Amino acid sequence: MELICPAGTPASLEAAVEAGADAIYCGFRDETNARNFPGLNFSRDEMRRGIALAHRHGVKVLVAINTFARAGNLALWQAAIDDAVASGADALILADLATLDYAARRHPAQRLHVSVQAGAANPDAIRFYAEAFGAQRVVLPRVLNVMEIASIVRESACETEVFIFGGLCVMEEGRCSLSSYATGQSPNMHGVCSPASHVAYGERDGRIVSTLGGFTINSFGKDEPAGYPTLCKGRFSTPKGAGYTFEEPLSLDAAVMLPALRKAGVTALKIEGRQRGRAYIAQVVRSYRQILAALDDGRETAPAGLAAMAEGQASTVGAYRKGWR
Amino acid sequence: MQLTLGPVFYHWAPERWRDFHYRIADEAPVDTVVVGEVVCSKRAPFKQDHVAGVVERLEGAGKRVLHASLILVSLPRERRQTRELMQLGEDEGEPAIEINDLTCLASLDRKPFAVGPFVNVYNEAAAGFLASRGARRICLPPELPLTAVAGIAAALPDVAIEVFAFGRIPLAISARCYHARAHKLTKDNCRFVCEQDPDGMPVKTLDEAGFLSVNGVQTLSQNCTSLLRDIPVLRRSGVASLRLSPQDCDMVEVARLYRDVADGRLDGAEAESRLAELYPEVPLANGFLHAVPGHLRVGAGA
Repeated sequence: MELICPAGTPASLEAAVEAGADAIYCGFRDETNARNFPGLNFSRDEMRRGIALAHRHGVKVLVAINTFARAGNLALWQAAIDDAVASGADALILADLATLDYAARRHPAQRLHVSVQAGAANPDAIRFYAEAFGAQRVVLPRVLNVMEIASIVRESACETEVFIFGGLCVMEEGRCSLSSYATGQSPNMHGVCSPASHVAYGERDGRIVSTLGGFTINSFGKDEPAGYPTLCKGRFSTPKGAGYTFEEPLSLDAAVMLPALRKAGVTALKIEGRQRGRAYIAQVVRSYRQILAALDDGRETAPAGLAAMAEGQASTVGAYRKGWR
Repeated sequence: MQLTLGPVFYHWAPERWRDFHYRIADEAPVDTVVVGEVVCSKRAPFKQDHVAGVVERLEGAGKRVLHASLILVSLPRERRQTRELMQLGEDEGEPAIEINDLTCLASLDRKPFAVGPFVNVYNEAAAGFLASRGARRICLPPELPLTAVAGIAAALPDVAIEVFAFGRIPLAISARCYHARAHKLTKDNCRFVCEQDPDGMPVKTLDEAGFLSVNGVQTLSQNCTSLLRDIPVLRRSGVASLRLSPQDCDMVEVARLYRDVADGRLDGAEAESRLAELYPEVPLANGFLHAVPGHLRVGAGA
């Protein structure tokens, strides 16, 4: 199985190459990619040099252009596609019918991957992307369990890529407007979710209160770490009581699922976190490289000190295990 | 300007669902009614026995009927149901199906179809792609701002463009059931607890501010969309139809308000104050259309 690693900066790309990534995914410094955070991503020049560096080490680069193009402004997304192809990208990761259609017609030889943001969750949807655009790989949404992934692999001509580590969407990716409801900024249109620009921390009755767009997302006692207010990981109040209505502030660590994912026939394993620094990238990639090597040798795949890297210091295998739903 | 009644998102008792549509058929000034279970495939069998009767009554009253597909299709049973739905064909060249996921395109065979608000159509090129495959009407995602709505409508004069004009805003879909989770159950063993909340389960912030609303695997807004005051600009922007999404209130009266404003018989602001009485205690919002946070209400009292 290929190990696909994130890079938010040229320094992270270099770190991922050194740590043993098979492929790296990254995006341009604008709203064409779904991690459009301040101080992150690649200029055209950095992309060209990053791809050249990766290629010298036999590492592939996948360019994510995976937001939905703004009406009347398709040129920005089309230019990103043209420039990624010209820079030697090994594949483009796309989500929008508009960008897939453009890339398939303008660059028929370019390898295309269907982004997780497209939400292709079954073999029929995947067949549509393969037939309509010649897509060769699909990144599966984080709503499927391993048995479902296995059946998708059996039925599909497309390669499959799944997330194994990092942030965990509990909603189907690409069809979530929670962030824009609270802040006006959405993953699909702006490439951001629960943006830091709309986050505030305050104190009320001796507790730390985190807000997003003015809505209280969580409240912490003095002895509790005040986590980042990602909307779907907040504590809310319902008639059935208060608590983590959608999901606890866990992040994904599917290391223990790797044998099952390999058996399912998954082509590639993806680490989330283009917003992370180079030290984080290096440690996570190195750990997963070791786990994969152990798996190849038939040894135990004990998670190697990854727990401390996880957001909120706790992790889950998410939807991969059936009872999650 | 046409009016479309969207599918009921909630798990209403089958007889209630049937009688709701009977009354819509007899009394509501809407042109099109979308039927079917779009949120949770486990609920579909409950209303199955009533679908034919509802469709007959609606069509007898001169309404066009669209059968909607599921939003998130992952189980084998859901794929089968979706493929079967796609066999419905067309009605004298007009679509009979509203697709809510691109899964449907794999088995549509270039028949005319309508596109529901859960398919990501953010720009004129995506809309044009779907039109080239047979899309005749497109209800745009609720998060689209007016500039995008107008741009898409201008680029596709032959496709009827619809916007989400009334109802709590569908914001997310998941594999996990949050109703079951709140009741400490799992989705597989959910006991259909969502039936207890015919207008959704309120999700408030810890300081008791209204925020969201849970409907099984679906998350909606607490605030209710009202585009009543925006109807003139929507018309000028080429929007052909307004979608009214059923809530637990008098939807016949809601449809009449939208009809009266669209026909110039009633002022938008006056209609909106009456809407607030029809669906009390639920704040109204139109932020998405105005490119600000979706929970906000823009332009009222201005």
